[in-house]
Amino acid sequence: MSFYLAIKEVWRNKGRFLLIASVVALITTLVLFIAALAEGLAAANREYIEKLNGELLVFQEGTQLSTTASRIGRGSIAELRRVEGIEAVGQVGFSTLKLVPPDGGEDINVSFIGVEPGMPGEPTVYDGQQLMRSSSNNVIVDEGVVARLGVKVGDAIRLKVTQGTQEEFYDLTVAGLTDRRQYFFQPAVFAPILTWDKIRPGGGAGNPSADLVSNIAVVKLNDPAQLGTMKTTIEQNVKDVEVADRQRAWEAIPGYAAQQSTLTTQQFFTFFIGVLVVGGFFQIQTLQKVAQIGMLKAIGLSNWTVGWTAIIQIVTVNAIGVAIGAVGTLALTANFPVTVPILLTGTAALTTVLALLAIGPLGGIVSVFVLLRIEPLRALGMAQ
Amino acid sequence: MIALEAINVTKIYGAGANAITAVDDVSLSIKRGEFVGLVGPSGSGKTTMLAMLAGLLKPSQGQIVIAGKDIGRMSEGKRTKFRGRYIGFAFQANNLVPFLTAQENVELLLRLNGKFNRQGRQRTLDLLERLGLSDRLKNRPGQLSGGQQQRIAIARALIHEPEVVLADEPTASLDTERAHQVVQTFAELIHEQNRAGVMVTHDLRMCKYVDRVIQMMDGRISRVITDVREISRLAGAADELDGGYVVHTNDKPALAGDPMVAVQGI
Repeated sequence: MSFYLAIKEVWRNKGRFLLIASVVALITTLVLFIAALAEGLAAANREYIEKLNGELLVFQEGTQLSTTASRIGRGSIAELRRVEGIEAVGQVGFSTLKLVPPDGGEDINVSFIGVEPGMPGEPTVYDGQQLMRSSSNNVIVDEGVVARLGVKVGDAIRLKVTQGTQEEFYDLTVAGLTDRRQYFFQPAVFAPILTWDKIRPGGGAGNPSADLVSNIAVVKLNDPAQLGTMKTTIEQNVKDVEVADRQRAWEAIPGYAAQQSTLTTQQFFTFFIGVLVVGGFFQIQTLQKVAQIGMLKAIGLSNWTVGWTAIIQIVTVNAIGVAIGAVGTLALTANFPVTVPILLTGTAALTTVLALLAIGPLGGIVSVFVLLRIEPLRALGMAQ
Repeated sequence: MIALEAINVTKIYGAGANAITAVDDVSLSIKRGEFVGLVGPSGSGKTTMLAMLAGLLKPSQGQIVIAGKDIGRMSEGKRTKFRGRYIGFAFQANNLVPFLTAQENVELLLRLNGKFNRQGRQRTLDLLERLGLSDRLKNRPGQLSGGQQQRIAIARALIHEPEVVLADEPTASLDTERAHQVVQTFAELIHEQNRAGVMVTHDLRMCKYVDRVIQMMDGRISRVITDVREISRLAGAADELDGGYVVHTNDKPALAGDPMVAVQGI
């Protein structure tokens, strides 16, 4: 009975219910966009660190886990390699360079990341080959670079670096392609650590005897389950270092936490607005139907039936709105250029959609209680 | 056979110094196939009485017995269920569900009672045809006249074969011709289907279709008219006034022959 009445009313008043479904759809679009933006910005910030093939990141002590401030020399790397329980250690260095498009377009900022071939920190390629030697001119580029330049394995790319006041250009060969590994909002180019050290601004070019200093070291453990213990062990056995797991490392990226909390707040307020809008609509509708509900109760419809009718309507209309909004947003985001930091992952989309499906019942709960309290006598004007 | 019985029913609103006795120790019984008119001035207690007979209001004292069950002792939930099964209603207004068609409105009570099947549907069609609404089956209440809406309400009140059919001012929003048509049909169906019917009305002209008139005054039954000629005379007095309405003062009943009744033509 509840289902029959609920669906009949929605179907026979399509215009009115479509209006509220449209509002829910717009709220869904807005919330999903914010979620996608949060995910996109987060990914653009942390993608490389998140996908690292090592469990721990070693920073210079006192640098607040800042990859740019931290310096890890060969001495520390050697100490790290002696710690029991560590399978492998890789040096990783970060810098920002410009990639010169072959067609003469505008230069593209890239994260230029030095890694040790075959060691933790080097991304796995899906096309081409891994880096072979620490000093070769081969590089691995991520999909962000591929999307912007259309490069493929074997192509040459040109990097521009400003050393002092002078611009220098380096031609490197794409040896392999890896999936998206953005870091600090930029697509990534991975070079052997010695090549990186030679090219990076203020690097060791022309000073071969200098100690190769990277920013961090990435540690792969024999037993990843021993993460907490190993963190302490490393800090006790290696001088002047601070160790963090991947999540703590990306959360320490400057601005990351502030940015995410801002977007989360926006999402929360949009949800809140959604709850109020849906609640307001159904509350007004309930008040308009007091006499009708009173009559239905008088002729024998139970509170249970009346309540369920309202809940089914709220859930149905809300679900239609969320479905329209979600499909629309997915279609839109799929067509965004790769440069726009919008990323709708399955988990984020599912979580958001589930939360949006809850705004209807949450918003409509007051109107359901109002429905349950309607007295047939008063509603029909028979009360004394 | 008695279908509905009120035994020493009293209804008191409020308490202490503010207590108002709306119905005071009223007893009545209605047989199957009998159509009763409940009349009286405003404040006489007839609507409160109807509400108690309908199980919408619990008596303060006394019993309301329908189908052998004292509905005053039932919980709210049980009374609601009981109403759906044993009582048919036609109200003054807001009778129909606006988003259901005429046919669906009538079938609603069949669905509620688990009787919505091929036979039930056929009975709905037959009843609506009997009420001259065969060409209005797919119309929604907003597309129907007041008279048509009341006829659908009557069909809905009867379709689930209830023990008792109650009507509260069913002609209040109708013109004279429609009012007569509606009440006449209502009376015919109550007699044909052997239901017990109670109609609360201000319009004494409608009494010519009932078998018994119960007049209430200050919460008590002040007069019961069973004689057909007297009922006709009562209804006729109002009818003879060229479509006039019977108007009464707040504290006096509107009965023909009563010197205190003011009768006014339009």
